[in-house]
Amino acid sequence: MKIKAIAKDNVVSVKILIQHVMETGRRKDETGKIVPGHYITEVSAQHKGETVFQAELGPGVSKDPYIAFQFTGGAVGETISISWIDSKGGTEKTDSIISAM
Amino acid sequence: MGVSRRQFFKSVAGTIAYAAVASAVPARLFASWNQPAFTSETLAAAIAAKYGNMPIEESSAIQIKSPEIAENGAYVPVSIATTIAGASNISVFSEANFSPLVASFNIMPRMLPDVSLRLRMAKTANIVVLVQAGGKLYRTVREVKVTIGGCGG
Amino acid sequence: MKKRVLNRFFAPLLVLLTLLATVRAEAVDYQAKVQADIKAFRDYFAAQFPDVPFADYANGVYAIDADSRKQWLEMEEFPPYALAVEDGKALFEKPFANGKTYGSCFANGGAVRQNYPYFDEKKGTVVTLEMAINECRVANGEKALACKGGDIAKISAYMAFISRGNPVDVKVATEGAYNAYMKGKEFFYAKHGKLNMSCAGCHMEFAGKRLRAEILSPALGHTTHFPVYRSKWGEIGTLHKRYGGCTNDTGAKAFAPQSEEYRNLEFFETVMSNGLIFNGPASRK
Repeated sequence: MKIKAIAKDNVVSVKILIQHVMETGRRKDETGKIVPGHYITEVSAQHKGETVFQAELGPGVSKDPYIAFQFTGGAVGETISISWIDSKGGTEKTDSIISAM
Repeated sequence: MGVSRRQFFKSVAGTIAYAAVASAVPARLFASWNQPAFTSETLAAAIAAKYGNMPIEESSAIQIKSPEIAENGAYVPVSIATTIAGASNISVFSEANFSPLVASFNIMPRMLPDVSLRLRMAKTANIVVLVQAGGKLYRTVREVKVTIGGCGG
Repeated sequence: MKKRVLNRFFAPLLVLLTLLATVRAEAVDYQAKVQADIKAFRDYFAAQFPDVPFADYANGVYAIDADSRKQWLEMEEFPPYALAVEDGKALFEKPFANGKTYGSCFANGGAVRQNYPYFDEKKGTVVTLEMAINECRVANGEKALACKGGDIAKISAYMAFISRGNPVDVKVATEGAYNAYMKGKEFFYAKHGKLNMSCAGCHMEFAGKRLRAEILSPALGHTTHFPVYRSKWGEIGTLHKRYGGCTNDTGAKAFAPQSEEYRNLEFFETVMSNGLIFNGPASRK
């Protein structure tokens, strides 16, 4: 997971790029068999113990998901923590330090 | 809090849908993922599964930024913003997808009602955005054309 | 007696002097000939797209189509190739079984994208970046990587990324280089496949126009930005993978990646882009 978190005028802009296959469960492989679904179902972000972002995703989200959002009350140097879980129980959690422009 | 794993399995056990659903159900259920909404196969069913019978009205206070003609239907960039007061949830649907509900965002207390993502579109269709506020749903729609490319490789 | 000796040496000497004179004159001509080709190429596109600044050709179709340019700019907010660059860095820094790394083959920590492709006099052939990566591997006891995507594309993506900003400046100074250049040039202008299409037909004549749902990219700047994360592939891939796809599109059987045909084509196309800036890796549809 790659995170860019930039603070400007009390608003933190966050961009996330997650390496994930986001298999829809509709695709057939070379032998004609359906490749089982495997996609991120939830993404959330924490800052100072609060959830500042919460999303449910499904197979309609592109491979290597990109999500951008903004929240208030964050400052340069503070930590934002992003985590996700997918339909097979896979998870990832990454911390990132909020930076200036 | 949410549906417990035992409750969930009890409720779907014995139905034909169980087998299909089981493959999508993670070993450790994250309580809030709305499986029925995300697996509904029509726009109406997905909206009902997500929001029940809430009234819907058109709104110009929702902005959708999306391409006119998607370069590639697998990566369609969409940005959504709304100025509707008290917005608590934003959902994005791609009407012609096998499962129209693409993503749902809860507007947390410190979050701006403004999100961007890249989504998949099977073919030319409407992107439908619903914003939930004060017991009502507000809707804006924008068409995105998806063409079949000519150059392989 | 003296006269006969002189006569005997005179003719061969004359031939030798003529040969030397010709060779010297030809050496200068290669550069000039290629320069004339480059100018004609650039002038052609300047006339087709008078509003496109020269440097922007490095961005391909996004230099000439507004709607797709917006989508490309959106991808640039956080491009998927960033993941490949990260993977590529790890691969570049990982030691081989013998303890050495790619750093022992490539200077500048790998920021050498701008040195490729080049004509290697000793080998008598064009050397591309991917070919050099594999040569480094084999020289260090590792197996060569497949050349369409995967690890080689990730390493190439990393090297391209850290080399960004360097100018395209391929030299064609010798007969050998010129021959390779001409082979690439012939390939570019020749018609191929069942559909009898040439690279020039689509990427010069039809540049900016639609071929079914595609807008054709101008050939100027074609190779500055590879490897690419192509939405269609859903992953990073090499220039020769793309060439293979195009060959298939003409109804012909694709050449193997890193085949001499594609290396010569890459050589020609990169020479035509002399003066632009290397800006890989990139996102494409």
